[in-house]
Parts: sequence; structure tokens; C-alpha cells
Amino acid sequence: MQSNTKQLVLSTNKLSKYFYDPVKFKVLEEVSFNAYKGEFLTLVGKSGSGKSTLLYCLSTMDTDYNGELTILEQKVTGKNQTQLAHIRNEHIGFVFQFHYLLPEFTCLKNVMIPALKLGKYSKQEIEERAYHKLEILGLKDQALKPASKLSGGQQQRIAIARALINDPAIIMGDEPTGNLDSKNSENVFDIFKQLTQEFNQTIIAVTHDLDFAKASDRTIELADGRII
Amino acid sequence: MNIDYDIALTHIITRKKQTLIASLGVTIGVAIYLFMNSLSAGFTKYSRDEIFKNNAHLKVFKDDEYCKPLNKDTSTLNIIVNPQITTTTKNIINPNNLLTQIKQQNFITNAIAQVDLTVFYNMGKTQIKGSSSGVNILEYNAMFNNEKYLVGGSLSALQSNLNGIIIGKGIAEKLSLKLNSNVTISSSYGVVKVLRVVGIFESGNGFNDNSKSFINIATAQQFLKEGPAYITTIYANTLNADIADTYAQQLQPITNYKVEDWKTTNADLLAGDKTRNAMMGAISLSILFIAAFGIYNILSSTIVQKINDIAILKAIGFSGKDVIRIFVSEALIMGLIGTLFGLVFASVLITLMANIYMGGPVGYFPIYFKADLFIQSFILGMLLTLFAGYFPARKAANVDPVSILRK
Repeated sequence: MQSNTKQLVLSTNKLSKYFYDPVKFKVLEEVSFNAYKGEFLTLVGKSGSGKSTLLYCLSTMDTDYNGELTILEQKVTGKNQTQLAHIRNEHIGFVFQFHYLLPEFTCLKNVMIPALKLGKYSKQEIEERAYHKLEILGLKDQALKPASKLSGGQQQRIAIARALINDPAIIMGDEPTGNLDSKNSENVFDIFKQLTQEFNQTIIAVTHDLDFAKASDRTIELADGRII
Repeated sequence: MNIDYDIALTHIITRKKQTLIASLGVTIGVAIYLFMNSLSAGFTKYSRDEIFKNNAHLKVFKDDEYCKPLNKDTSTLNIIVNPQITTTTKNIINPNNLLTQIKQQNFITNAIAQVDLTVFYNMGKTQIKGSSSGVNILEYNAMFNNEKYLVGGSLSALQSNLNGIIIGKGIAEKLSLKLNSNVTISSSYGVVKVLRVVGIFESGNGFNDNSKSFINIATAQQFLKEGPAYITTIYANTLNADIADTYAQQLQPITNYKVEDWKTTNADLLAGDKTRNAMMGAISLSILFIAAFGIYNILSSTIVQKINDIAILKAIGFSGKDVIRIFVSEALIMGLIGTLFGLVFASVLITLMANIYMGGPVGYFPIYFKADLFIQSFILGMLLTLFAGYFPARKAANVDPVSILRK
């Protein structure tokens, strides 16, 4: 799609990872691939193929791997936890199978938290931006409700709004539609599509929903820790 | 406000019950700590006051001397010595000069001269052995404040009457003496005088009440068949009783006589004080520790319950330091609430206790508000909650988000 610009956002070079418990086992074997700006990338594979493990390595949360990971022309491998936390805060948004909203806070506050952490804008501006994100996701009227009072589909969209608040270059999803019915899944897919096309953000999502994967720009399939 | 504190405060507010329980633990811990230490300080003050009824900070007197061999060289000769006290008189030579010199020291607030002697109180065939102090009673009162123990008569009556005597209540009862009765006093030097009872005191100390009396210095000197320059002891008060031992060392070079501080004289009583303080301190500190464990427990269980929240916070860019800050500030908020209420609670206890009348020479229960104890309790309470919060917080900071989020 946006292959004419081909701006590199994330790349891995021979990423390998072992599990040691219960026995030493190679989950990822020299995985190398590139992700480009505005690309909607899905990772598929059978259970145990290593797709989720790969995503968590890409997320910078799992640092126990061999090989090299580069995000936005910055070598990420070898940075300390605080630096990695800052990279996640600024450049990566996360959407999980479960929404993981903080139950004590309103929807609005949940969306605002990553931006308050980043501290790039004033609180007033962050609030405006959060309202704007909620508007894109059609949830502006739910903003001041506690996060726990919303339906599953709405909560997942709040989580997406939270992932978007800092305008990250990459949005990572771990089965982002796994807990949703087909209507809500379609809804989330459309939102992701819109993000890549309108805002030129990159999406890397793990899924086992083949329809979801087919409709994305590119699918990387893993089997036994290798790209096939 | 920093988002970390914002989250901490929200946790505290949305979990009022747990906050309250943790704070209550600290409240009780701090209150008991402060109360017990105030009690201990009160006891110490009371026993100090008891000591200072009869003791000045410093005492200058002629110590007993022993005979020593003339030849100090023991390498060539074996010297056999029969030690004997060589002191013939117990008086201080040229006491007025020494008294003036002592008074000139800048750390001395007050100094008086005294003549101590052994006397017999006689009434009919009854005789009581006791001790009498020849003093300038008004100066003596300025140092020992003994006027408040007077149950009859007055100090000024003694000051103006060389044949007056103030006796303990026990002596008065045994010899059926009343105010203005006459009593025959004899000294070990064979001097006998009839003195008039111008005052009776009750100090609460049975030994003193049954044997002690006060007379004028001149009268005492007559009992000893000595002239007006005869003084046995000089008492001096200093700026700070707690460091009287250093003052004693400073004073020692200006005189050949023995300078002794009150701590040396009353080492047995002070050892008792020390033991009590250590015991009270240990007990109250343990209680405070247990209170801190309350915070530790509640925070630990909060962290287990909130493990998903911690994982997602770490995923969206909160570092380990942020997580520590969130949970340590929660502990500190609970600690602050608990500590402040603890100080208030202890104040109520102290006020109640201070109003209990014990009777006798003790009067009201000896417990007081001491600012330094309040500050100490506050700092200790906060410090312990800081530690109690830090360890669970560090555990939270080390949560691996991947293991939680992958479930």
C-alpha cells in the first residue's frame, strides 16, 4: 500500500529466543523482518509457533533474546529498563486481548494516563486530545464514566484510545479482537485500517482470526519459530 | 501533580477501608510509643527531682586520704603497708575563697557552703540519732527548694533565730514535738544546746523525715567547737545537670578537694532509670514495628490484587521507579494519617494520665508533654512506614509485565 514511501519503522535482525522451563527449547529462530510506516501487519501461526513471543520481544518488554531489534532507526537491544519504558511510552501503543483499563479511573483518565506520564503537553491539552481520541472511537459521551461500567466492546475501544493518545509510530496488538463478537471485531479492524491509512501509523497485530489477517496489508506466518 | 502521585492518591481514596485499617495500626503504634516514652520520661524526671531534693549537681568535700609509702620505688624494696586513713579533720580550709572561686566559673549557677554533723535529739529519756545540716536556709532553699515540704513554721524563722531548728516530721512525732517546742540537741563533741522548733518538714523520704534537721551554720560550728571558717561541704548547681560529670572535671583543677557529680553519688538510682528506659523503649518500639507490618501486609496484598494494573502501567511506559513511587507514596499517606492521629491519641492519653492524683509526695501522675518526644515519634512513625512501603513497592517494580499480559 504505502510501499512507495517504504519508510522503515521497525526491524529485527536474526532474533532468537529460548525458553528454559521445563527444558531448553528454541521458540524463535533467527527471525528477521521489517515493518514500514503505515503498514498493517498481522502475525499468524498455530498455537506455540512463537508469534506472541515475537510480539513481546518487539514490544521491548521482553529483553531476553539474541539478535537485534531496531525501532525508528534506534537500536533498542541493550537499553536499560527505564529507557525502554520511555520508548514504549512515546512510540508504542498496546492493545491486548483483555482491555486492562484501571478500574478506579474514568474512561477519560485512563486514556490520559500515558500522556500524563510522557508530559509533553499540559494537562488541559492532554484532556482535549483524549476527548478527540474518544470522539474518533465514538465514545465521547462515555468519557466521564468509570471504566468498569462499560461493555466489553466499549472497553476495548477505550483501550485503543489509550494506545493512541501519544500518537505512537507503532501500535501493537495481541489478539486485539480475541474477546469480541464479530460486529465489534469488524469495528476494531476498521479503526486499525483507518489509523494506517489516515494517520500513517504502523500496526503489528498477533491474531488467529484468519479473516482479520487476510484483510490486513501483509501477513507474516510463523511455524516453529521461523517465518514461512 | 505528577501522575504517579495522582494514581497513588486515587488508590488510597478508592480503598478507604484498607487505608483506614493500615492507618489505625500506625495510630495505635505511634500512640503507644509516644505514651510509653512520655511515661518513662515522666518517671525519670520524678526520680531526678527526688535525687535533687538532697543532692546538688556538684559536691565539693574533703575525701578520706590513705597513708602511702614514702619510697615510691618498689623495684628494689618490698614495702609492707598497713593502710590507714590519715584524715584528721573533714573541713575545707579557707572555704570562702574556694566558694568565691567556684561561683566565678561560668557554668556554675549557684553554690552554697554547708556544715554537716551528727547529732542526737533528746526529749526526756528518748534519744534519736540523726544528722543535721548547718546552712544559710534561704540560700539552701534557692538550691533545693525545700520550702514546699514544710508542713509547719517557716524558713525565715530559722534565718532570724540562731537557736532555731527545723526538724523532720518523724522526729517531731517520736519526740512529741510541736512548733515552738524546745528540744535538746547534743553533738558527738559533747556540746549540748536547747533549740526551739521553728519548722517541721515532710519530704516523703522516710529516712530524712526520721533523722534530718536544719540549723544555722554558726550553730553547727558551735556544736563542732569550730570557728566561723569551718565548712565541710560546698554544693554547686550547674547550667546542665546532664553533663555535670564534665563540669566536675573542669572544676577539679581549681581545688585539692574532691569534686563529685550527682551521677556518681547516685549511680544506683540512675542504673535503675536506664534499665526502665531501655525496657520501655524496647517494648514501645516493638509495638511500632508491628504497626509497620500492618502497612507492609496491606500494601503487599494490594499489589497482588493490582498486579494487572501494574503490568499495564509498565507496558504503557511507567518505569520501575514510577511504580516504587506510586506504592511508597501510598504507604506514606497511610503512615502520615496514622502518625498524626497517633500523636493526637497519645496527647489524650497523656492528658488523662496527668490528671490522675496519686496522693502522697508524688501528687499527680508524673507524665508530661515533651516536644522532642513528639518529634521523635513522628519521625520514627514515618520512617517505619517508609520501610514498610518500600519492600512491597520494590516487589511491584520487579513485576514482569510479559508474564502477566500473556495470560
